[in-house]
Amino acid sequence: MSISAKSFALHAGLIAVLFALGFLLPTYHQGNLARIMVLATYAVGYNVLFGYTGLLSLGHAMFFAAGMYGLGLAMHLGGLPPIPAFIIGLIAAAALSTIVALLALRTIGVAFMIVTLMFSQAVFLTILYLGTYTGGDEGFVIAQSSRQILGYDLTHPLTRYMAALFVFSAALLITARMMQASFGQVLIGVRENEERTTMLGYDVFRHKLASVIISGTISGAAGATYALLFGYVGATFGSVQYSIFPLLWVLLGGAGTTIGPLVGAVFMFYLIDYSSGLTNAYMLIAGVVLVLLTLFARAGIVGEIRKRWVTWLP
Amino acid sequence: MMLLETKGLTRIYGGLTAVNNVDFALPQGEVHALIGPNGAGKSTFVGMVSGRIPESRGEVWFDGQNITHLPAHKRIQAGMAYTFQITAIYARLSLADNVALALRTRKRPLLLAALDRVGLADRADQITGDLSYGHQRLLEIAMGVAQAPRLLILDEPTQGLAESEIEGFNALIKGLAGETTILLIEHNMSVVMALAERITVLETGEILATGTPDEIHNNKVVQDAYLGSG
Repeated sequence: MSISAKSFALHAGLIAVLFALGFLLPTYHQGNLARIMVLATYAVGYNVLFGYTGLLSLGHAMFFAAGMYGLGLAMHLGGLPPIPAFIIGLIAAAALSTIVALLALRTIGVAFMIVTLMFSQAVFLTILYLGTYTGGDEGFVIAQSSRQILGYDLTHPLTRYMAALFVFSAALLITARMMQASFGQVLIGVRENEERTTMLGYDVFRHKLASVIISGTISGAAGATYALLFGYVGATFGSVQYSIFPLLWVLLGGAGTTIGPLVGAVFMFYLIDYSSGLTNAYMLIAGVVLVLLTLFARAGIVGEIRKRWVTWLP
Repeated sequence: MMLLETKGLTRIYGGLTAVNNVDFALPQGEVHALIGPNGAGKSTFVGMVSGRIPESRGEVWFDGQNITHLPAHKRIQAGMAYTFQITAIYARLSLADNVALALRTRKRPLLLAALDRVGLADRADQITGDLSYGHQRLLEIAMGVAQAPRLLILDEPTQGLAESEIEGFNALIKGLAGETTILLIEHNMSVVMALAERITVLETGEILATGTPDEIHNNKVVQDAYLGSG
């Protein structure tokens, strides 16, 4: 089997397993996994920029929030149905990521991290400042009655799970396909050696720009999906914490692997879930595990598997 | 016809003039060596030609077009290829992935053919960083050649190669001669004498002499400045 056939089989198999789990899991875990898949979609978006292009952003929460508030405000204040509102969420995230990219990509390295962090803080403070519309700190709830698509009730656990799976699968397959195409290979070239890539005749700036926009838009799609499926829009999702989460998930799962973001999100979610059942000091347990992972599995879970055993992993 | 011309090309770093007012012309199809002592400005000169280093003054013309204001990647797209003095390859990718980026294709037979030109086809799936320095050097040359450039700029390509590999390199360049114009920075005089049709000697950022290998070899000024009298 060729590598691209293997990776297709891997992704199709993963989606099939997730589909089956939707019917097999008890309600509690079904709800968890729905949430995890939406967060993993966010991580998939983050991975495009960090894992594949090698640009570390500390401000991706602004793109997640752009999608979330784009959809949320369109439904809550504009009274739009979910699909047009979702498109508005995507447009908001794409527009914001374009603007941020054009400005932030003038910097590199640590400066890029700081600039993205500052932009994200500006977006976060804007959300609080415009509290009249955004609900500020408290956020707002999207009415259950409006969260319906084509007669399907997105508040129903199984429907919600399948909707989350649909969005996650789309993000996974799009990015996997992209990374096999020459565009994705050039992104890896930018990550590995920027000057060499320029001197092979590639426009590095345009590739970085496209990467930020794709990454930001997928993150926005995750934010919009989160608001739609769980019915809540709040400023927390635009805070620094939500910029750090996708970095953690991707690092844990394996930066620059297609399924690493999901693995990292599952791992982190259940690590906190189980350790909080054991003790109040659950962050201590989570912290120790994270330290151990970074010491002994520096490429992340999937990254280590690829390095040691399954070298063809996409 | 001149494929490459520079007019008054100058680069000043702070108070240091690395390349001073260089007028240079390279006819289509020629293999031209650029020699000179360390610090003569050779790498800075080809850096300005390829667009890696911005010029302080002067112009670069390629194939009848003024390309002075084109960024590096557009110059490469216009038909230049550049190999770095300090090996610049994708160390964490396989050799096949390296040449795929140079060739802009993933077709396996084409990748293997490109690697075969430097004798590395059997290592296509190894990680480049695991290769010896000489092999990395050869890969970089293969990536330059794979682009089928009109002008191939090689910055000290044989540095770190074994004698047998240098012979292979000479054969490769001779195979390209005639169709590809080559600008070669080289310290190894036997390589220069074997390959170059003409030679330019740079010293302290200025052209000291230009001519055939024989002319350069017999040039009194060059002997004093660089070659020695031996």
